[in-house]
Amino acid sequence: MRFLFKTDYEDDIKLFPHSGYVVSYGILLALLLIAPYVLSSYLMSQLVFVCIYATVGVALLILTGFTGQASLGHAAFLAIGAYTAAYLQKYNVPFPVYFLAAGALSGLIGAMVGFPALRLQGIYLVIATISFALIVEEILARWESVTNGNEGMRVKTLSLLGVTVPRDSPTFYFLCLAVLVLTIVGTLNLLRSPTGRAFVAIRDSETAARSMGVNVALYKVKSFAISAAITGFAGVLFAHKLSFISPEMFTLQLSIEFIIVILIGGTFSLHGAVLGAIFIVMIDPFLTYLKDDMPGIIAGIAATFGAGSATAGNIQSKVAAFASLNGLKGAIYGIIIMLFVLFEPLGIYGRWLKIKLFFQLFPLYKRATFKRQKIYVKSERNR
Amino acid sequence: MLDFVQQLVSGVALGCVYGLIALGFVLVYKATEVVNFAQGDLMMLGGFFAFTFIGMMGLNYWIGFAGAVAAMALFGMLAERVVVRPILGYPQFSIIMATIGLGYFLRSIAGMIWGTDDLKIETPFSQGVLRMGTLVLAYDKLSVIAATMILCTLLWLFFNKTTLGTAMRASSENMLAAYYMGIPVKRVVSIVWAISAAVATCAGVLLAPITFIHSNVGLVLGLKAFPAAVLGGFGSIPGAVVGGVLIGVIESMAGFYLAEGWKDVAPYIVLLAVLLLKPEGLFGLHVRKKV
Repeated sequence: MRFLFKTDYEDDIKLFPHSGYVVSYGILLALLLIAPYVLSSYLMSQLVFVCIYATVGVALLILTGFTGQASLGHAAFLAIGAYTAAYLQKYNVPFPVYFLAAGALSGLIGAMVGFPALRLQGIYLVIATISFALIVEEILARWESVTNGNEGMRVKTLSLLGVTVPRDSPTFYFLCLAVLVLTIVGTLNLLRSPTGRAFVAIRDSETAARSMGVNVALYKVKSFAISAAITGFAGVLFAHKLSFISPEMFTLQLSIEFIIVILIGGTFSLHGAVLGAIFIVMIDPFLTYLKDDMPGIIAGIAATFGAGSATAGNIQSKVAAFASLNGLKGAIYGIIIMLFVLFEPLGIYGRWLKIKLFFQLFPLYKRATFKRQKIYVKSERNR
Repeated sequence: MLDFVQQLVSGVALGCVYGLIALGFVLVYKATEVVNFAQGDLMMLGGFFAFTFIGMMGLNYWIGFAGAVAAMALFGMLAERVVVRPILGYPQFSIIMATIGLGYFLRSIAGMIWGTDDLKIETPFSQGVLRMGTLVLAYDKLSVIAATMILCTLLWLFFNKTTLGTAMRASSENMLAAYYMGIPVKRVVSIVWAISAAVATCAGVLLAPITFIHSNVGLVLGLKAFPAAVLGGFGSIPGAVVGGVLIGVIESMAGFYLAEGWKDVAPYIVLLAVLLLKPEGLFGLHVRKKV
């Protein structure tokens, strides 16, 4: 283990606190860069979705994790980005232009949502963002001249600098990865800038932030706008990956999935967004595995432990019936959300930190290090 | 004119259902300052319980109704014990997420048990209409309106006239102070969840003849109940019902007089407007911020 002795204020905000970071993230990046030549096309496709979800997760983390403004409406920003791309594409606008336009439009609308949100707190903000997302969903379904209504829109293959980039190609994956890495690095830089520290101050105590001279209103709107803009960029990639978009893809369910991404990953670190994105994307392959392979494996295990072929077949069919139950995914989501909120509110990344700390402090580890504090706040109505 | 009255009455009936679900939100919010995002799903589950008792086991309607209410009250306590109590006193966002998770879970479990078809309960009110001149009012809608009135009055009396009700309000305003004054806050919260699940069940059973019961009904109607609760001012019992009725009327008027599509967004536009102009709602307490 390595002790970090900080001798300078600059040490607090270094991008890489020590060389170990450079090595480990360098190896990770190298692995990600050779991935398309090693992994199967199915896994590559999942990896692209991980990149997109992680980008949205980072965006949501800026807003919810670091500014403390909960949002259950991020699917709407994703939709705005996706539809802007699909619409501008019809007029042969080149990719870089509509990519930036999608981000700009989402950011603008995000700022417009941010202004009303200034007066709202806690639960009211959640409800307001939900209703914003529902209104956007309805507009997408009804504004047929632009969005083609419920029939959805086809998204043409991406073409960058005259080269077409099919949605399954390694180049498209590299594009998504580049957007994710740029987002993460940009966010890290944002967080160590005065703006980012103002965000964190607002999260921790609005009153204290205001008394330190932070313009709370301005920074809240900024946070909304930045978060929405990044989500808009992700929306363009999302539209290209799916090659077809329709209003029923951008429902409240998707917004909740984004919240799950940061909740499961951990709401206090950017690692969390990536881990959560991996988790959310991997649920589908896991269910497929449960449906296709698990029954056979369990029956095989039962057979080796001396169960007759009839019993084994019985077990196999029962497991298969369970795995193909309708709505199993929803139940898994529900259970996972509840378990994480109840037992691991810091998320997967928090669990990793605990394990790391355990080994670092080995005989001296205290469970109470990460104990949550009850706050028993007074009523919001009196606050 | 007749159209208008007809729309008004069906809007009021629909609004009463929103109001009943909003009552559940308000009860839990009033007592614990927590918003239960699974309220609509509790309603759905109550409807399914009633369907099991009445439709599948063939019990008398009223006995089945009472049985469903009792079962759901127990279920509400169980849900509170398992999901909410461990995180009582933690930030609101945790509890919101936990109840969203609970809602997901209930929705898919109900889908697994009772299937995905629309189910229907035969009620004593399903047939028959009340004719007043040329105006035709269905009994099932009138029954919803009447039941809402009764429940609202009972709950209002409970909160304002009984010791337990006062204890609930106290524990909402300052949980720690309530502890110090000897109020068993945990038991109070548990009772609140039982009551709100029971109210949700009433909504579910009364709704059964109008919208049928299926596993997603809770999500759809639960989302419509938010505008109702906000419009009335989260935390006001009469406000929830008035808000619900207003939302119901707005929705049915928008469906009749405006272009297609307005019906579904009108409640949310109203909600955003209310949040912007009068965040404390129509009946909410306006308390000056103390810094």
